Amino acid sequence: MTQPERMLEVEGVSLRFGGVRALNNVSFHVERGELFSIIGPNGAGKTSLLNCISGRYRPNEGSIRFRGEQLLGRSINDRARLGIGRTFQNLALFGHMSVLDNILVGRHHLLKNNVITGMLYWASGARREELAHRKRVEEIIDFLEIQHVRNEPAGTLSYGLRKRVELARAVAIEPELILLDEPMAGMNLEEKEDMARYIVDLGQEFNMTIVMIEHDMGVVVDLSDRVIVLDFGKLIAGGTPEEVMADEHVKRAYLGEEDELLHDEEAEAMPSKQPEGVGA
Amino acid sequence: MDLNWNLLLQLLLNGVIVGMLYGVVAMCFVLIYKSTQVVNFAQGEFVVLGAWVCWSMIAWMELHFIPAFLFALVFMTLYGVIVQVVVLRPLVGEPIISVIMATIGLSIFMQALMNWVFGNNAESFPDIFGGWKIEIGGLQVEAGYLLSFVLSIVVMLAFFWFFKYSRWGLAMRATAFNQQVAASLGISTRQVFAMAWAISALVSAIAGIVLGLVNGVSTGLAFIGIKVFPAVIVGGLDSIVGAILGGVIIGVLENGAEFVDGQILKVGNMYKVAPFYVLILILMIKPYGLFGTKDIERV
Repeated sequence: MTQPERMLEVEGVSLRFGGVRALNNVSFHVERGELFSIIGPNGAGKTSLLNCISGRYRPNEGSIRFRGEQLLGRSINDRARLGIGRTFQNLALFGHMSVLDNILVGRHHLLKNNVITGMLYWASGARREELAHRKRVEEIIDFLEIQHVRNEPAGTLSYGLRKRVELARAVAIEPELILLDEPMAGMNLEEKEDMARYIVDLGQEFNMTIVMIEHDMGVVVDLSDRVIVLDFGKLIAGGTPEEVMADEHVKRAYLGEEDELLHDEEAEAMPSKQPEGVGA
Repeated sequence: MDLNWNLLLQLLLNGVIVGMLYGVVAMCFVLIYKSTQVVNFAQGEFVVLGAWVCWSMIAWMELHFIPAFLFALVFMTLYGVIVQVVVLRPLVGEPIISVIMATIGLSIFMQALMNWVFGNNAESFPDIFGGWKIEIGGLQVEAGYLLSFVLSIVVMLAFFWFFKYSRWGLAMRATAFNQQVAASLGISTRQVFAMAWAISALVSAIAGIVLGLVNGVSTGLAFIGIKVFPAVIVGGLDSIVGAILGGVIIGVLENGAEFVDGQILKVGNMYKVAPFYVLILILMIKPYGLFGTKDIERV
């Protein structure tokens, strides 16, 4: 057995916009195969942190390593090629393209053949390559149960379906680490249950490590192996969902002072906790 | 009044053919605007440079037309990449107005350079068709026009295929839609931008050479860069299909105006201004053009 390398190591990351400290000396790590959640009140810096990992923002201080490799200084598309996929808080599908085309865009960087070798379709292996990719895309479409809308323009779909297509597109780049920014925001109960199932399967069947921002505490406690809590750009707690929920700082910062409310939430969330070490 | 209907038909036919060429140049314009949000004021100069390069290969290096044509295409493709890398890449992230000013600068620079290298005079291509013409329903079509028509169709089909079925075309559409998201899916926006400029320069060269064959090459050919503005605006700045239709509309309008002018009004030079009147009218009625996307915000 080789030493399991850490999927993601974030060390001392600070991010400032002018005088505003969006992130203040944040450090944590994510093990391979973990389902890891980031929670915190609105404006706590969760999405900024995700953007630092995906490459949209460059932190002023600190380091971010992915499988031991320094990420800072690498472009967004480089990080995607390395194996970091993401979805966005506000849906960012290519609205005029079909669902299938949206997913195929995610395959772009995996394809070797270009216009020139494509002209030698049969000889250059372009055909074999294309068939393999089509097959994989079909698997992803089956997995997320979006067969029935595959040729529809993505912009015309219902909200829940669009969220699924966006997830399919992120899965299509074959990431090892997938960053989900509020995958269940604005969904009804049924859609949330479906999405929770997809997320658990991403870890267990697709062997992906998942970092998720989510506001629904029930979902976070049910699904996560570990959780960190941000407040005003600072990491104020981390650990198993139970540890975090019991933390005094968290109660104060995130859940407010009303103890009664917290107890209700905990009581609801505890029984259905998933076993740890998913996919390990 | 006794109008010359045959002349009208002839002019309309010319209008469609020339209009399709406008459409091709307008497509180049839209391609760059769509993928990089840059309005390329040097579009006309790209067209002229392509024509000059092909002409100089024939006149100075004594190549045949076909190799000279191919050389010009390769040259212009590389030129497009170089312009993107040297002039535009350093400006990524700067205000869009700075980038547009840079393309105006580029246009002036290219004009001066071409005057210096190729001179101020108009030069004509050697007659490669031998005055060959065909007749369609009593109307005469010169070989140059026919070539123009055929090449326009070929370029349009190639564009269609490229954006619909090739992975690079898909990557370009994705980048045009949202650069951040495209990058997060592993698409190198740098490569996409360079490719947009390369394709635009390549296709501009085709248009320039065809125009040169019919009208001769001169710096004045760059007027087409201004002419495509109405075409692009009519069609909508970000619609490729719109660019083609806009081009045809402008071409037909121009020739229609010439007919009305020559037969009835006798003002002179109507064909030069008519497209711009239409441009203003359309902007008043449909500010996003006939096919342009309105910015719709969902709340």
